[in-house]
Amino acid sequence: MQTFKGGIHPPDKKELSKDNPITPQKAPKKVLIPIIQHIGAPSKIVVSTGQTIKKGELIASPEGFVSAPVHASVSGKISGIIDYPTPTGRMVSCVAIENDMTEEWTTLKDNPDYMSLSPDELKAKIKEAGIVGMGGAAFPTHVKLSPPKEKPIDFVIINGAECEPYLTADYRLMLERPEEIVQGLKILMKILDVTKGFIGIENNKPDAIRVLSDTTKSERDIKIVTLKVKYPQGAEKMLIKACANREVPPRCLPMDVGALVQNIGTTVAVFEAVRFGKPLIERVITVTGEAIKEPKNLYAKVGTLISDLIYECGGFKSPAAKVISGGPMMGFAINTLDMPITKGTSGIVALPEEELLHVDNFGPCIRCGRCIDACPMGLMPNMLSIMSEKGFYEETKEYNLFDCFECGSCTYVCPSKRPIVQFVRLAKSLTKP
Amino acid sequence: MKSKKTTKNEIIIKADNLFVTVSPHIKSPESTAHIMWTVNLALLPTTFMGLYFFGPLAGITLVLSIVSAVAFEYIYQKALKKNITINDGSASLTGLLLGLNLPPSVPFYIPIIGSFVAIVITKQLFGGLGYNIFNPALIGRAFLLISFPKLMTIWKEPTSAFIQIDAKTSATPLGILKEEGLTKLIEIFGDTTNLYIQLFVGHRAGSIGETSAIAILIGAFFLLYRGYITWHIPFSFLATSALIAWIFGGKGALFTGDPIIHLISGGMLIGAFFMATDYVTCPTVKNAQIIFGIGCGMLTMLIRLKGGYPEGVMFAILIMNCFAPLIDRGFKSKPFGFKKTEKK
Repeated sequence: MQTFKGGIHPPDKKELSKDNPITPQKAPKKVLIPIIQHIGAPSKIVVSTGQTIKKGELIASPEGFVSAPVHASVSGKISGIIDYPTPTGRMVSCVAIENDMTEEWTTLKDNPDYMSLSPDELKAKIKEAGIVGMGGAAFPTHVKLSPPKEKPIDFVIINGAECEPYLTADYRLMLERPEEIVQGLKILMKILDVTKGFIGIENNKPDAIRVLSDTTKSERDIKIVTLKVKYPQGAEKMLIKACANREVPPRCLPMDVGALVQNIGTTVAVFEAVRFGKPLIERVITVTGEAIKEPKNLYAKVGTLISDLIYECGGFKSPAAKVISGGPMMGFAINTLDMPITKGTSGIVALPEEELLHVDNFGPCIRCGRCIDACPMGLMPNMLSIMSEKGFYEETKEYNLFDCFECGSCTYVCPSKRPIVQFVRLAKSLTKP
Repeated sequence: MKSKKTTKNEIIIKADNLFVTVSPHIKSPESTAHIMWTVNLALLPTTFMGLYFFGPLAGITLVLSIVSAVAFEYIYQKALKKNITINDGSASLTGLLLGLNLPPSVPFYIPIIGSFVAIVITKQLFGGLGYNIFNPALIGRAFLLISFPKLMTIWKEPTSAFIQIDAKTSATPLGILKEEGLTKLIEIFGDTTNLYIQLFVGHRAGSIGETSAIAILIGAFFLLYRGYITWHIPFSFLATSALIAWIFGGKGALFTGDPIIHLISGGMLIGAFFMATDYVTCPTVKNAQIIFGIGCGMLTMLIRLKGGYPEGVMFAILIMNCFAPLIDRGFKSKPFGFKKTEKK
């Protein structure tokens, strides 16, 4: 079984929601759609208050190349454009739409014969649909699909690792919509003109491996790769190492070794955009955690308030002490449930008090070296944390500060409960690469 | 905060005072205190064997050593208004290791002075847990050995009985090996097999906790199994020592030495498994740990074969402690994908 060096084995807690099929969310009364849901330039609002709008209609158009359009996720009347908090902690302009419950779609352009389109036409459709990476980083997909000429792509990897504990959205998609994943992958392969595609899946999802192997039986170019269960197996660089045995050098991108990685959800969105012309307005999101009464995998509309989603899952069965947007290893803790989900929100995890490990006073580093063994990037998190703690920010660069992608493995294993990731972020914010 | 309630199902979505922290939001249950107490536990077999062979006097030495180590840590932290950390088990571990490395019949003030040097001077004055350069228990012992050379080299004959108090004194096997040679040592124990067996079980003169090889190995394998120590330091330490003992340990010709005697006598095993592997004072990178172990082995054998002391484990580890940060720096781990950039 293929994998990478380092990593950790946190309890995966996927049993809470893994057997619950994807259910469509009940139509929310109101959505608040943030106009920046991606990395890059903010989009420009093209609608105004009072206007009636149909589902799938454009509400914000991209500004510049690294940007993505935003579409309405319900039909109804725009009740205002207001600044609202988003899970990353940023205040973003949001278009508020009162749902008229008619679910009336704008006209979509159907393409039954999508495989005969040219790569540029396919890419244009993906751009129009406002597709961004749905694993969390939300980088516009059409930009990722446009590598510079001197860096040809050799293969596409679909990330079915879903190594974050608790989350099961990608797992359910693999079980329920394998055909669309495979078609999405073929579209990506056509756009990039490659003949090799991998779908990497962790070994704790044997049924997903089986279903996708069956679906791809006749596809000679697509290989299902069984990966060892280990966090962060789904990190781009670790996934490329495990699937294709190529190492992305420090400060380089996957395209430097000819690789392109896409998330499962993104791949399905790509298929829907190309086949049906459907913009990215809804996504599968896992609402789970020990504090949630009925954990579910919801097919949720972008812009739905987190409180509405939790309501739909039966609310809290015990008081929530921490609510996380995303997974517990790299997600963001949020301070209020009155916040909309975005294209990049893969899960909502609500933890009760007893699941939290409070660290009021972290201890000194005892130099046990567990973080060094856990670091998938081969760094020395112990040195980074000690130097940052003492204010030697410049010196942290000698220990490759900027190679850290903050997966949190070091902080997970630290017996002194040192907030290593926090120290790393502090140093990163106070130095220049 | 938001609160919504329906009368029908009473769906609660109220969430006040949510904790907001930087990721990750889950942490492993492992803690420093748990590690330290587990190492304490792993020393129980050898502690028990020490009590069995050397009687209640050894027990008093151990208790004095542990209690004074914890007390000095408490007093120091209290006096300097620091957080009291005696519950983390590290002071107790230092006390226990110091006690196990003392001769069985030392006067009561010896373990107390040793603990003072270990805890206050070696550990706390350097910044407390995690910041000390040298292994505190070993510095404590080195201080005692140099300050009280007579008292620290009176070795009791093991008695296998709890009552006998006026035991005879004798030299340690390593002392005999150094002064009178292997032939004399075998003569004392009868034959080579009996010598090995006695050394392995621990029926011989020496420090309280270092005599029984098998008890130390039980604790060591427990720690290895639990992943609290790795093979890197003990293996390279012992392999280097054995190799040097075999090549240079014989009288006259090369390659005639007896590596087994060197491995299972003196402080070699307790040093390799419990002292050299001290997290704080050994290197953190695995390759660096191998170099550290080799260095410990070479220095130990240099002192044993050519130095003035019969035993060299303590000084070897202390000398290598100085180099630990330097070796770590030299073997700084290479970031993922690093080799490929080098080739450019």
